[in-house]
Amino acid sequence: MELFKQTSINWLGKKWWFYGISAALLAIGIISYVARGGLNYGIDFTGGTIVFVKFQNAPDLDLLRETLKSPDSAPPLIQRFGQADDNTVQVRLQRLLEGGQTIESERERLVSSLARAFGSGQDTEGRIDFNNAGASQLADYLAERDPDGLRAQAKSALELDAHYRQVAGTLLDYRNKEADGLVGSLDELGKAGVSPAAVASLKQGFHAGPFAIKGLESIGAVVGSDLRRRATLAVLLAFGAMLVYIAFRFKPIYGVAAIFALFHDVAITLGLFALTQKEISLTVIAALLTLVGYSVNDTIVIFDRVRENLRLMRKESLFDILNLSINQTLSRTVMTSGFTFVAVFSLFLFGGEVLNGFSFALTVGIIIGSYSTIALAATIVEWWYRRYGQKTRRRTA
Amino acid sequence: MQKNLRWKLILILIFLGICTYFFVSPGEKGAPWFSRLNLGLDLKGGIHLVLQVVTDDALNQELRQDADRIAQEYRSRDIPFTSSRKGNGFAVEITGVDAARAGDARAYLEDTYGNKYELRSKSLEGKTDFVLALTSGYMRETRESTVRQALETIRRRVDALGVAEPTLQIYGGSGQEVDDQIIVELPGIDDPERIKGLIANTAQLKLVLVKKDQGGPFSSVESAITANGGVIPEDYEILLYREDRGEDSRVEYLVVNRTPVITGKDLKTARPSTDGNGAPAVSFFLNSDGAKLFALATEQHVGEQLAIVLDDQVRSAPVINERIEAEGIIQGRFTQQQASDLSLLLRSGALPASLVVLGERSVGASLGNDSIRSGIFASLIGFGLVILGMLIYYRQSGINAVICLIANTAILLGFMGMVGATLTLPGIAGIILTIGMAVDANILIFERIREELRSGKTVRAAVDSGFSKVLWTILDSNITTLLAAIFLFQFGTGPIRGFAITLFVGLIANIFTAIYLSHRIFEWVLGSRRIERLSI
Repeated sequence: MELFKQTSINWLGKKWWFYGISAALLAIGIISYVARGGLNYGIDFTGGTIVFVKFQNAPDLDLLRETLKSPDSAPPLIQRFGQADDNTVQVRLQRLLEGGQTIESERERLVSSLARAFGSGQDTEGRIDFNNAGASQLADYLAERDPDGLRAQAKSALELDAHYRQVAGTLLDYRNKEADGLVGSLDELGKAGVSPAAVASLKQGFHAGPFAIKGLESIGAVVGSDLRRRATLAVLLAFGAMLVYIAFRFKPIYGVAAIFALFHDVAITLGLFALTQKEISLTVIAALLTLVGYSVNDTIVIFDRVRENLRLMRKESLFDILNLSINQTLSRTVMTSGFTFVAVFSLFLFGGEVLNGFSFALTVGIIIGSYSTIALAATIVEWWYRRYGQKTRRRTA
Repeated sequence: MQKNLRWKLILILIFLGICTYFFVSPGEKGAPWFSRLNLGLDLKGGIHLVLQVVTDDALNQELRQDADRIAQEYRSRDIPFTSSRKGNGFAVEITGVDAARAGDARAYLEDTYGNKYELRSKSLEGKTDFVLALTSGYMRETRESTVRQALETIRRRVDALGVAEPTLQIYGGSGQEVDDQIIVELPGIDDPERIKGLIANTAQLKLVLVKKDQGGPFSSVESAITANGGVIPEDYEILLYREDRGEDSRVEYLVVNRTPVITGKDLKTARPSTDGNGAPAVSFFLNSDGAKLFALATEQHVGEQLAIVLDDQVRSAPVINERIEAEGIIQGRFTQQQASDLSLLLRSGALPASLVVLGERSVGASLGNDSIRSGIFASLIGFGLVILGMLIYYRQSGINAVICLIANTAILLGFMGMVGATLTLPGIAGIILTIGMAVDANILIFERIREELRSGKTVRAAVDSGFSKVLWTILDSNITTLLAAIFLFQFGTGPIRGFAITLFVGLIANIFTAIYLSHRIFEWVLGSRRIERLSI
């Protein structure tokens, strides 16, 4: 099966179209950036706190917002997370921790106000919330009650401790894995594979609370700014290394053109992030780097063909050779972009909430990356030699 | 030729078998399959902490010690002076040295502390003041070694906890000239509060004598000062005394001696035990030097109170009834867990400086479960679609590409399992880019072979010239991305590193499978019989 035989499209002749499209995309990005007040940086970069909370029943979001409001910070951002029937929300408090305020105190404040509003913590009979209990809490409780009757069998304190630690581990494993973080009632624990006596004993001291904290991230502002500095440094150095390598393997202007195309790709993708206000997290940065790797790969494949054709054809102009090379590799460009697009798009559709920003950046990036090779990298090289390189042009790149 | 080729293919198969073994087989006996692959926090759940070592603490402590030592030395040499104390900034200030002895005083300072401090002096009305400022080189060195010591102590504590596959790493700075942040990653932990307590507690133990008269307890700092006639003598300090008595616990203050009888350094070991009433407590045992000091002090001070101080808070202050040698007990209404945690802290030694938690990320095991499930599901779908597409578009040659893709993934995962690298969500992203580039390499080769076939070459010649023509295309694009991966690994952090590792290994595997393995498979297929038409 072949989709493309030999094509002979005059790509470079359409360069003003390309420049127009790129300018329009960049303009959209810049306008969104200004209109939307910049990019939506995640707490990795700004500092702040994110909590993932799973509820038994669909939570009252207004009550949640009211509960977590604080006079000295912006109102919390509350979003549903995952599927609708997960009853999970992501709460983001973007406030920079000040001098005396520690991450711990922030977290405690959050958890306790949640507990107050949604009735977790101790219930009316003084029972503790199983869904927010830790392993050692359970183990200590059970070791004290000894429902499995180990003391009667004259076991040592050490054996007792080890046994109930293991029981607690099994219970938490059940809660975290089988029950997806939250048990509806303690009766469910019969399925966890511990003795009925242990479950009965637990029911006297614990109840199944209405929510569970599935994850928490707290980043101080210092870490955030340091991270931004490091990420920028790493990316700039990586760009520099690529520039040097391409310049060395081809010609300096080829390296400059490739890196210019990279900046173009990253800028347009970031513009789309400004437009959609999707969050820029560290994983998204990893995606931008993937995009960069992909785009530079694409550029090199075409430059390589140009280099080969320059050796074979001594009479044609660079303009024709660039067009020919793009046409010769077109089939490959479309196939590769197609396949990677399919892979990344399936990640976007099925990869879940955590990977959403990541796969969005890649899906956009694969199209932009292939486009920029033809629209920018090739036209820049042609423009350069037309303007400055009349004599050097014929030398092999 | 054909025989030679067979051996090459057998060797490749053995190599791939070894790689597969390293990620499929259980790491230890009884462990489940695939357990060699370490999953990162985002996949497995666990806790990630960014801690800052307050290196100023270590410098200040050293300045105080030196000030005390200088004072002692001057007293023993009969050099009159008013005071020797830690001054503003990182300096020791000695005031009021008698001008007649200023020469001796200076000579001692220069001999003993010449390398460490810059010495300045000022004379006024028959008295000389000295200021010893720490040199910047010495400060830098101390800060660095403090961070290293802190890392070692944390490592001992984490090891004692028995956490599998912890990651500990010194990382960026926060304004100081040295890297003073430590990243701690503990997968599979779901009790973050307890872990933080265990890691970030300084655990500086000291045993000090309570002031004999007017030592307290007092209800406030002011009342302690008033009771001592308005001034606390220089050798004493006021410490918080929080004896946890459950319902009626209250905060009190004790006036205690500044110089400890015993510090954590004199400790041999500590273990959880019970006190006379059967309540959990911590027993500690002193080494032989410590025991000698302790025996002497307790003998001389029978009837006085001894304060057991942990991180500048008095935990208990029992009265010394008799001479004690090598053993003591810390009481304080502990739970069994707290008692065993505290003895773990004492055993692992004190941190050289306090720690501040700058960032924390705890991922519940269930959240990790969700992301691994959807991540793997999406990757498998993507992988499946790509394989299907290759088989449809390139027919039987597509099989070759699929073998290369699978071999590539096997080498990558095998390497990860072998060196014990950690697979994170961005790491999976790196694998996806690798697979993308592997697909690209195969497409480049196939398209080129098609071109060569179109130009009328025989099958064999088309394959050979196709491979030789794309060799440098594949090398150039992979090396460029490899360079980027190296820089990202070197200068990036956390997720970016996870991405760079899988990308790096994947690209090397890619160069091998696309350029070498794929070509050998073609040779093998073409060599077995005469083929007029290539299915491509």
